[in-house]
Amino acid sequence: MSAPRKPLRSRSRALAAVVAASALALSACGGGDDAGGSGDDGGSSVEPVSQEEIDEAMSTPTTLTFWTWLPDAQKEVDLFEAAYPDIDVELVNAGQGLDQYTKLRTAIRAGEGAPDVVQIEYQYLPSFTLGGDLLDLGPYGAAELEDTYPEWVWEQITQGEGVYGIPQDIGPMGSLYRQDILDEVGITAPTTWDEFAEAARTMRQAKPDTYLTNMPGNDPGQFVGLLWQNGAKPFGFDGDQTVTIDLDTPEVTEVVDYWQGLIQEDAVSTDADFNDQWYQGLSNGKYASWQTAAWGPVFLQGTAANTSGLWRAAPLPAWEEGDTATGNWGGSTDAVLSSTENPIAAAQLAKFINTDPESALTMATEQFLFVPSDVVLEDPTFLEAAPEFFGGQQVNQLYTDLSEEVDTDFGWLPFMDYVYNSFNDTLGTAIDEGGDMEAGLQAWEEDITSYAEQQGFTVQ
Amino acid sequence: MSAPTTARPAGGASAPGRAGPRRGPSPSVRRQRRAAYLLVAPFMLVFAAMLVVPLVYAAYLSLFREQLVGGNSFVGLENYARALGDAAFGSGVVRVTLFLVIQVPIMLGLALLFALALDSGRLYAQRFVRLSIFLPYAVPSVVATLMWGYLYGPDFGPFTQVAEMVGLPAPPFLSSGWMLGSLMNILTWEFIGYNMIIMYAALRAVPADLYEAARMDGAGEFRIAWSIKIPAIRSAILLTVIFSVIGSYQLFNEPNLLQTVAPNVIDSAYTPNLYAYNLAFTSQDLNYSAAVAFLLAAGIAVVSYVVQLTSQRRARS
Repeated sequence: MSAPRKPLRSRSRALAAVVAASALALSACGGGDDAGGSGDDGGSSVEPVSQEEIDEAMSTPTTLTFWTWLPDAQKEVDLFEAAYPDIDVELVNAGQGLDQYTKLRTAIRAGEGAPDVVQIEYQYLPSFTLGGDLLDLGPYGAAELEDTYPEWVWEQITQGEGVYGIPQDIGPMGSLYRQDILDEVGITAPTTWDEFAEAARTMRQAKPDTYLTNMPGNDPGQFVGLLWQNGAKPFGFDGDQTVTIDLDTPEVTEVVDYWQGLIQEDAVSTDADFNDQWYQGLSNGKYASWQTAAWGPVFLQGTAANTSGLWRAAPLPAWEEGDTATGNWGGSTDAVLSSTENPIAAAQLAKFINTDPESALTMATEQFLFVPSDVVLEDPTFLEAAPEFFGGQQVNQLYTDLSEEVDTDFGWLPFMDYVYNSFNDTLGTAIDEGGDMEAGLQAWEEDITSYAEQQGFTVQ
Repeated sequence: MSAPTTARPAGGASAPGRAGPRRGPSPSVRRQRRAAYLLVAPFMLVFAAMLVVPLVYAAYLSLFREQLVGGNSFVGLENYARALGDAAFGSGVVRVTLFLVIQVPIMLGLALLFALALDSGRLYAQRFVRLSIFLPYAVPSVVATLMWGYLYGPDFGPFTQVAEMVGLPAPPFLSSGWMLGSLMNILTWEFIGYNMIIMYAALRAVPADLYEAARMDGAGEFRIAWSIKIPAIRSAILLTVIFSVIGSYQLFNEPNLLQTVAPNVIDSAYTPNLYAYNLAFTSQDLNYSAAVAFLLAAGIAVVSYVVQLTSQRRARS
């Protein structure tokens, strides 16, 4: 439930389940026709795979299975298949976020039916590297990509020397505002959180049906993004047995207290997000702003189409005047499972669709993902796009600038699904009920700490 | 082994027309038996593959503990002990018990009332009424819950709209105080028709001459319903009670779906079934989840048995 969401949220779960079920059957049958797979043992050595090995693998007839919830991923796959006619890619939508991870874990446990390449969000990578389920893509040419990504993105996919996914999209956070409502009330887009709080109060007095923003109690992704902006480093994992859980820090408390104050004054609403109720609130002006990620603008265009032209984008309010830091919310990678029989071809697929200029740009312009690769972030057609929905503002340029401002060093726990679920039951409930968020925060920390200990981790 | 055959009541209802010396089954009987086994075989196969095997496997799993770090180890009944002391599990059980105690009598009472009304034959458009009451059951619970989720909506739901039109505060259907009641409402609508049909079918099987005799003695419709009809369909009512007990403890779909509109009200352990699911799929604690599921099943078995026993006693007394 708590996976960072993207525009395709409305996709029917039932359908996804059916697709996944048949996909499992399909991939189980498809496993047989591997073609001797030269260089199969490339994964065990740290030596880079040589160009001859790659050429040979890419000209050997091979079938790869690729699980992704990216809509129209076939477009990128078609480009890949055109470049490598001998490789056949079977595309499977096994559900989004948690739904997919559940199936993936089941397939890994069962020892069959797992895909070769799979879409995984950044915060879930450690939960799969923990079991050694992901292939280190470094030797397969991924190590050379380091300079083409923002530093913090690269940090997200590496662990020690290993590279465990190719970044597909990211979600540096900014703020989207309803310019018309702000004008009506006579406020300008706040640049600091202090101004934001003042504006929220003004908004409530001037327009009782509208809130400056909504703070959902069910969206740990957004909340963690806001912690990230304030320099908090609540989670960490050494890749082995030691985890860091550090929610009792000034950086975290400052954010929690700030929202606690606004919620208790009823200066912001606390509706659950990504449901019909909230979609309506976005389109009928109940919320005058949304602190969201780089995928937010396009999501909004689909969700609140009737408000076209009324929105503007801005950086997140800063904690200190002039500060430019921001956090990240969501985004995903394409990873290769270590169980694949065709590691070279699988690694090439993951690499190709995210770094081939045509493929990456298709993702950015047609699927509207915020692709962090330089091939997109430096492309003028992407940067200079000026959507009508945002009154001709160059939103991509803004978010591209923001993507450079994300704190580079932010880690995750190897069981983020538990952590996010627990957020909903503790801190999230406190938000929802306007209760004691400090106590909620403490309950959250205690709960995930006891879970970590129960699972055999050493907690720092 | 011969005792049972000789002890059989001669000419009893259990062996009509086949009394006589027993010399093992004749070839035709044997053929019939084979056919009978052949006919139930598909069921037994699916039953074994889809229920027995997973159950045994789950029981096996529940005796282990697999950690993300440290691997798998045999822990005996430790998971069960943990579940018995688990406040989250306990509060879920209390919650569904409360649900059971309040919702089931209301639902079954109404179902009985409707069944009696239909059976009395005094309704116009009887078929239409019967179908209308049954219809909500035909709507898949997933669809029904989504629909109710919309109806309950705190800002734009129809109930809120109506309340606001009349100048009343919006009813907080999805708040933590109301949620259980809102769920009861959904489930009552969903299953009232189903239970009514079972009771109605049983009522149709009661011989009509009993009613005539009662009428001759001067009994009115209510008296007939109370003293003849309801006792006559006692076993059908008991069946619906048992189904409802099991259904209440297994509550899953409705709270799971309403979680999208009220994610912080319905927590991950709102009902025991939801808890077991979340343990398995978000906490990756399959072993503990299996233990919780087993305890739940055991609890259901006990409660169903007690219900059956007490009602049988009452019937005898």
